[in-house]
Amino acid sequence: MAHGTYYLPQPSNWPLKGSIALFLTTFGGANWLHHSTFFGLEFGPYLFVLGLAMVFYMMFGWFGTVIRENRAGLLSDKQVDHSFRWGMAWFIFSEVMFFGAFFAALFYARLISVPVLSGEQAHYYLTHLIFWPDFKDQWPILANPNPAAFIAPKSVMEAWGIPAVNTLILLSSGATITVAHWALLKDKRPLMLVAQSITILLGIIFLSMQAREYTIAYMEKGLTLASGIYGTTFFMLTGFHALHVTIGTIGLCVILYRMFRRDFSPTNHFAFEAIAWYWHFVDVVWLFLFILVYWL
Amino acid sequence: MNLTDDMATAHDHADHGPAKGLKRWLFTTNHKDIGTLYLLLSLTMFFVAGIMALVVRIELFEPGKVWVTPEFFNQMTTLHGLIMVFGVIMPAMAGFANWMIPMMVGAPDMALPRLNNWSFWLLPFAFLLLSLPLLRELVGMASHLIGLNLFAGAGAAPDYGWTFYAPLSTTYGPDSTDYMIFAIHMMGISSILAAINIVVTIFNMRAPGMTWMRLPMFVWGWLVTAFLLLAVMPVLAGCVTMMLMDRHFHTAFFEAAGGGDPILFQHIFWFFGHPEVYILILPGFGIISEVVQTFSRKRLFGYSFMVAATITIAFLGYIVWMHHMFTTGAPYAAQLFFMYATMLIAVPTGVKVFNWVTTIFKGELTFETPMLFALGFLVMFTIGGFSGVMLAIAPADYQYRGSYFVVAHFHYVLVSGSLFAIFAGVYFWLPKWTGHMYNETLGKWHFWLSAISMNLTFFPMHFVGLAGMPRRIPDYALQFTNFNQIATVGAVIFGLSQLLFLAIVIRSCQKHKAGVNEHLPDNVWDGGRSLEWTRLPTPVPYHTFETVPEIGPNDTH
Repeated sequence: MAHGTYYLPQPSNWPLKGSIALFLTTFGGANWLHHSTFFGLEFGPYLFVLGLAMVFYMMFGWFGTVIRENRAGLLSDKQVDHSFRWGMAWFIFSEVMFFGAFFAALFYARLISVPVLSGEQAHYYLTHLIFWPDFKDQWPILANPNPAAFIAPKSVMEAWGIPAVNTLILLSSGATITVAHWALLKDKRPLMLVAQSITILLGIIFLSMQAREYTIAYMEKGLTLASGIYGTTFFMLTGFHALHVTIGTIGLCVILYRMFRRDFSPTNHFAFEAIAWYWHFVDVVWLFLFILVYWL
Repeated sequence: MNLTDDMATAHDHADHGPAKGLKRWLFTTNHKDIGTLYLLLSLTMFFVAGIMALVVRIELFEPGKVWVTPEFFNQMTTLHGLIMVFGVIMPAMAGFANWMIPMMVGAPDMALPRLNNWSFWLLPFAFLLLSLPLLRELVGMASHLIGLNLFAGAGAAPDYGWTFYAPLSTTYGPDSTDYMIFAIHMMGISSILAAINIVVTIFNMRAPGMTWMRLPMFVWGWLVTAFLLLAVMPVLAGCVTMMLMDRHFHTAFFEAAGGGDPILFQHIFWFFGHPEVYILILPGFGIISEVVQTFSRKRLFGYSFMVAATITIAFLGYIVWMHHMFTTGAPYAAQLFFMYATMLIAVPTGVKVFNWVTTIFKGELTFETPMLFALGFLVMFTIGGFSGVMLAIAPADYQYRGSYFVVAHFHYVLVSGSLFAIFAGVYFWLPKWTGHMYNETLGKWHFWLSAISMNLTFFPMHFVGLAGMPRRIPDYALQFTNFNQIATVGAVIFGLSQLLFLAIVIRSCQKHKAGVNEHLPDNVWDGGRSLEWTRLPTPVPYHTFETVPEIGPNDTH
């Protein structure tokens, strides 16, 4: 290779396409929210969808380029492999911090804002007295400080129904993906394909159960994004988690496709490991969600 | 798809210089090109946000309305702050990181060069999105003058201060707030990807023999900064996402009526915001360390303590955010903890300042422009640090809070701190990058004009602030007029002196482009110890360290 021990990729237009795509998505999204019109046409949704399609096109193309480079043996170098590994690890760390912000909001609501508003803390009693003297401290809250502005749910989400089953499903998927990894390392192809497929299936079952749960929340319990801080934290935490499970499931499908294409060998399968790390990360986030959002 | 064509050219790509024309800059994976792009973006935005600052200062030349409406004044303070932080200081530091880190650790490029391109190219689009409401407003005003009424109902640009507190930015925020939210999402992606790249480069791309304790201080400064970015940029992304949901989907994060709390916004914002100020200064500390040791012709005094101090500052930086919120009614125990933790930061920062002074002590000093800026940094950043300690004292902060004293404080650490470090870095490395020595006389003029006018602008703000002049208000009591007029005169001089800087940089780039070779020595400043001085020619070629260098104990600091 021209660069000795290091692979320097050629100039690429994928990053620029990605930037334009994100610009269209966000510019379209903002105008959609504002219902802006241009010569009578509400253009926001169109730009948003176009931008999102470009994001997918960019990811398809960019990852495709890397896959082709790997097939051509350009990425076989140990150092490049390490760079990818470190990169993925720190990306997951940044994701952990993103979820951290929403968990922080949950803790803050449960430990500070709800008790303060209900007059539990003598130091802030005046806040309670002046604003909403009827508001009582409870979690999950079934009556908001201002019941007219935020309509509370009729009942709360139960931990020991769908969520408990979903916990089992996600934990099992963590086990099956480990089986797939083991099979990949031992070159046991049929087992690898079966274990990977089961992992995907478990991911899809998890997502459908989650969808079912959201339907129950909206239709039967009256728990929505707009039901005050309980609904807010519940849907934002589980929603971002479900989004990550969706991304992970798509990743797992791509990996399965590449397994069929015989892209991986016992020594060269970083893409698989990256998705597996991601999947375990999503798994761990769910455990925290189950304990802190549903159970306690 | 043209990917196969790309791959066919992959092999001879390395033997050539840069691609021709616009494509070079749009599609580049070269760390030097991307570094240049970052620096150019920063320079452009520096003048954009600088003009906004001048609008603010001119409005404050006299009490009462001078020339802009209070609404427009608010938009100027907001966008000035947002752009200076995210569009000037951060990209400039990232530009230095791109240029210098691979060369300093003996690597051919950043670890993930394509991702590096994306980190940069997200930024112009993010700032386009952020500025669109203002551009729309300006076009609207101009069209009004010629009798047209374009964008009549478009609404205001962001106008709630750079900290965009809820509910100003949620319940009462103009439509443009959503542009700002999405712009911050894009800046966040850019920063996270850049930070990943920098961490991975330093972890994985060091040449054999470049051990941790042989890394130049600039590399250490950026490594710690990258970890700060990785930890807090996602939190900021979460924060603006909550704003978006509160604004449009009736969630209750920052709504007490639904059990949330506007104070929660401040916690999350400052959990990002306080580490952010170290993100802005730690790479600057690194630059100053390189410059001071080079022009003192000595090894950096107490290198291992400098490393430890950097890490300590970053760690403490995570656990002091509530000192921005002393007057929000926080429990006294929390106020005490955050007060003491904040004052503790003065210890590692003091270690740094004393080590720089000790490095200078008995050195063979010369006073070229980079060293002048470094010395200016030492003195004036320390003043900013001291006013920071004053602000850290909770009971005193009740008085200083929201006053011009705060404005004076953070401009001493950001202008004579981060920005002077950036100037020092540009003058320091520009000859290495371009092979052309900038005009030393002009450089010195730039320094003295900047240093004097900077103090003229910001020093009086301490006084008016302590006397009770609030920040972010377009009007003030009569007795503050004299000091405000001094500040405005200082600001205009400061702004004009930056044109000198622009001229100096353009001149260097022109000579570089024209291929003028001044045969500068490899070690331009003669005292440089890191690899770019000792192992690479001047000007540095497009590709460096294509064969792995061996680093010995004599190679570094």
